[in-house]
Amino acid sequence: MRALRFLLRKEFLQIFRDRTILGMLFVMPAVQLLVLANAASFEVKSARLYVVDQDRTTASRGVVDRLAASGRFVPTAASPSLARADDAMLAREADAILVVPAGFERDLARDGRAPVQLILDAEDGAAAGVMQSYAARILAGYSAELGTRLHPALASVGARAEPPPRRGRAVIEVRQRGWYNAELEYRDYMVPGILVVLVTMIGTLLTAMNIVREKEAGTLDQLNVTPVSRGTFIAAKLIPLWSLALLDLALGLALAHFAFGVPVRGSLAVVFLAAAVYLVGALGIGLWVSAIVETQQQAMFVTFSIMMVYLLMSGIFTPVRAMPTWAQWVAQASPVMHFAQLMRAVLLKGAGLADVARQLAMLALIGTAVLTLAVRQYRKRTA
Amino acid sequence: MALRSPALGAFMVKELRHILRDRQTLLVLLLLPLAMVVLFGYALRSEVNDVRVVFVDPAPDAATAALRARFAGNGRFRIVAVAATTAAVEPLFRRGAADVAVIVEPGFAGRLAEGTPARLLLVGDASDPNTGSTIQAYSRAVVAAYQAELGAAGPGARVELMTRMRFNPRLESANLFVPGLVALVLTLVTALMTAISLSREKERGTLEVLLVSPLRPWQIVLGKVLPYLLLAFANVVTALLAAWLVFRVPFRGSVALLLFASLLYAMVGLALGVLIAAATDSQRAAMIGAMAGTMLPTVMLSGMIFPIASLPGWLQPVTYVVPARWFIVVSRGIMLKGVGVEYLWPSLLVLVTMLAVLLVAAIRRFKARLA
Amino acid sequence: MSAAIEVRGLTRRFGAFTAVDAITFDVREGEVFGFLGANGAGKTTAIKMLIGLLAPTSGEARVAGHDVLAEADEVRRRIGYMSQRFSLYDDLTVRENVQLYGGVYGLTDPEIRERGGALLERLRLVHAGDARLGTLPLGWKQKLAFSVALLHRPAVVFLDEPTGGVDPITRRQFWEMIYAAAAGGTTVFVTTHYLDEAEYCDRVSIMVDGRIAALGTPDELKRRFDAATLDELFVRLARPAAAAAAGAV
Repeated sequence: MRALRFLLRKEFLQIFRDRTILGMLFVMPAVQLLVLANAASFEVKSARLYVVDQDRTTASRGVVDRLAASGRFVPTAASPSLARADDAMLAREADAILVVPAGFERDLARDGRAPVQLILDAEDGAAAGVMQSYAARILAGYSAELGTRLHPALASVGARAEPPPRRGRAVIEVRQRGWYNAELEYRDYMVPGILVVLVTMIGTLLTAMNIVREKEAGTLDQLNVTPVSRGTFIAAKLIPLWSLALLDLALGLALAHFAFGVPVRGSLAVVFLAAAVYLVGALGIGLWVSAIVETQQQAMFVTFSIMMVYLLMSGIFTPVRAMPTWAQWVAQASPVMHFAQLMRAVLLKGAGLADVARQLAMLALIGTAVLTLAVRQYRKRTA
Repeated sequence: MALRSPALGAFMVKELRHILRDRQTLLVLLLLPLAMVVLFGYALRSEVNDVRVVFVDPAPDAATAALRARFAGNGRFRIVAVAATTAAVEPLFRRGAADVAVIVEPGFAGRLAEGTPARLLLVGDASDPNTGSTIQAYSRAVVAAYQAELGAAGPGARVELMTRMRFNPRLESANLFVPGLVALVLTLVTALMTAISLSREKERGTLEVLLVSPLRPWQIVLGKVLPYLLLAFANVVTALLAAWLVFRVPFRGSVALLLFASLLYAMVGLALGVLIAAATDSQRAAMIGAMAGTMLPTVMLSGMIFPIASLPGWLQPVTYVVPARWFIVVSRGIMLKGVGVEYLWPSLLVLVTMLAVLLVAAIRRFKARLA
Repeated sequence: MSAAIEVRGLTRRFGAFTAVDAITFDVREGEVFGFLGANGAGKTTAIKMLIGLLAPTSGEARVAGHDVLAEADEVRRRIGYMSQRFSLYDDLTVRENVQLYGGVYGLTDPEIRERGGALLERLRLVHAGDARLGTLPLGWKQKLAFSVALLHRPAVVFLDEPTGGVDPITRRQFWEMIYAAAAGGTTVFVTTHYLDEAEYCDRVSIMVDGRIAALGTPDELKRRFDAATLDELFVRLARPAAAAAAGAV
């Protein structure tokens, strides 16, 4: 135990004397948070619309106006030629093409329905889907409006003058609401995940590099020759970075909340409890990596690869439930995924301990497993 | 400018042998990128396929039952709970057990029969805005289909929206992400590895030995990066094969142009790696510089995952200096849109310019270090 | 007088390659034992087995009365080590390094203060006590590493090429320190390939190709092999191996 005290002192001294590490601990996360919080967004703002209006009537212009008025579609060019529109799309000058065929207004008045075509650049399928849903809503609204205009009798539900003949027409009025993210801010959704990324990088990467650096310098051998036990040595390596990573998380959360307005609707105690458990696993991975590589370069490469896998499969960028089933099972082994879910649930939805119990249990399980494996892997004596 | 100098030739052969002998690293550098492309191609998906519904029905009747059946019968939806009050919704959302709640009012069937509006509230977990929107849209569509079935297509007008998803009819995420993954893989093998490897040699002092030799600085740089260029090319080929065979990403344009662009981008990456190695003092600094200066911008600011249009206005111009951004325009253009040089020349020109600038800067830096 | 180090048939193989081939020897208490051999002869591998950094493939060794494999921790408490590559912490101060190893070896705070102070005085580093180790010249660092290895008063101290890259005056001082330690009862096991230093040892062994080709006092060996200096002796012993190695290429 006493030896641990001395080793901890040495570790902290070394960390605080190393400007590079200090930079990685405090400056880099802050910068990354600032950049990423702004960059990490899938928000679909607006689409540049190329209008091919072959009808040129009030109704067709109404369609264009409605789309434009929503702010979601920005008419940037118009022409009667579909070929030109297509060309613009190929040249990345238009994101969407609206084609209103000739006879649109006439068909609408005569049959009650008429089609328009929306060609979307679906390179980004998800964005195209969102654009489509925007358009559908806008046009549904326009349809209703046209309906009352073309058949004024149906307009007045309030004026009980002469109830029009009902033909058993059923009407479902749909309202919708989105919870937890009223302004649909991607930042609120992304920042908890970004914080997880940063804390993970610090925990795993710095741990791995730290130990390998001693390996490379030869000071590790010097320590292995002493009577210090393996457990003490590992504890001395993990505890400082564990505590500093938690500190970083606190700073990051503060920055996120006060600078970006990310909500903190749940209990911070739960967040930090989870972080403490999570970090054991994350640092354990760093420890394991350090035991199997020889140089700092290898350490960085391997850690980085492992982290990339974790991060891209963690649901931070894309939803886990969109992955194929087998990938979802693999993702279950990722502590990052559970931690990110937990962070989002607590921060955005105000989840309590009971709500995230499952994630906490998984974090504890993975952390224990990883740490055990890592400790077994790390040997003072090479076999 | 002895391009055919025998010294240079011997040097390049030696460097090549050096890399080929390090079997472990070689294997890693060939297989890991491929593994990444395959894994991430599967993992990075935005499709919303399994929407979990909480059906809140205080006064069940024939109509609500029918509506519920509509949701249950739709392959995209799955009813995870049926509740009598809305109190059930919050805990389910918090636990991440449901995505949307369909809340119908009592007397639903009655109102439908009367013709007065029967109200329905869709509450979605909008933590993830896009997925939230999409789920809402899908849910509305189910309700609309039900309404249509009830014969609600009476007098009134309906503008029917026909949508055509150009270039990607089935909205496959892989089509968007995989071309970007190729860029990521290239950046990893070129910029990152070169920066690390060269800075390691610098630290060890083996570079100094070379600099004293009759080889000129630019020849040394060339010899050092050539193996990585070959490696990068091998990686591109395997990544594209994976894209084609595993993910069925289309290849509508010229493969030759794509390979050329990939080589160009790889060279830009190599030049960047050399510059970073020349400009930093230690291996560690080079690693951090490479990560921050190449990997991070490639993942975050190139449009690889996050659309550039989604970036805040002030951040968008920054993406112009990220080489990956231009390469992704080319790779997506060729693979998905089938366009050729007529449309892609601006992006290619930018890459060529970047290459020239970086090479000059890198070689200059190297010379300065020796003086 | 019991043996401080007893080695019996110690062997280490790496795949098909045998680095250390069944070496057997004893080192007496208080002896200054020189462990010589060319680069690649197996010296470092052997020493690593004795200090518990590498497990033997077969054979046994006892250091300070304990088996290196079965009683590794007991051994560790009783030995000191100074590695080939300088291995104290450059970013810590002189004092901090001393305190660290004192604490790690279980010395009490008063003991650390007292012995650390005496150490600094002996080395004339009191004024540099708060200087970062990295700022000191190599010679001072080596001497400090040696002293730190002795801080906990081990029974045996292992020195792996301690004077590499150091100027002749510092080397001289170093060997004075070694004698002082041996005079105090510490057994000193030193590897070196400076053969003039080998003359300073009580006994030396010469490893060639993983085996001990010669073992004895410097004078004995010179007589036996009819060589004027150990240098000559060494070359004669090592030559066949070198020739074989050259032929193999």
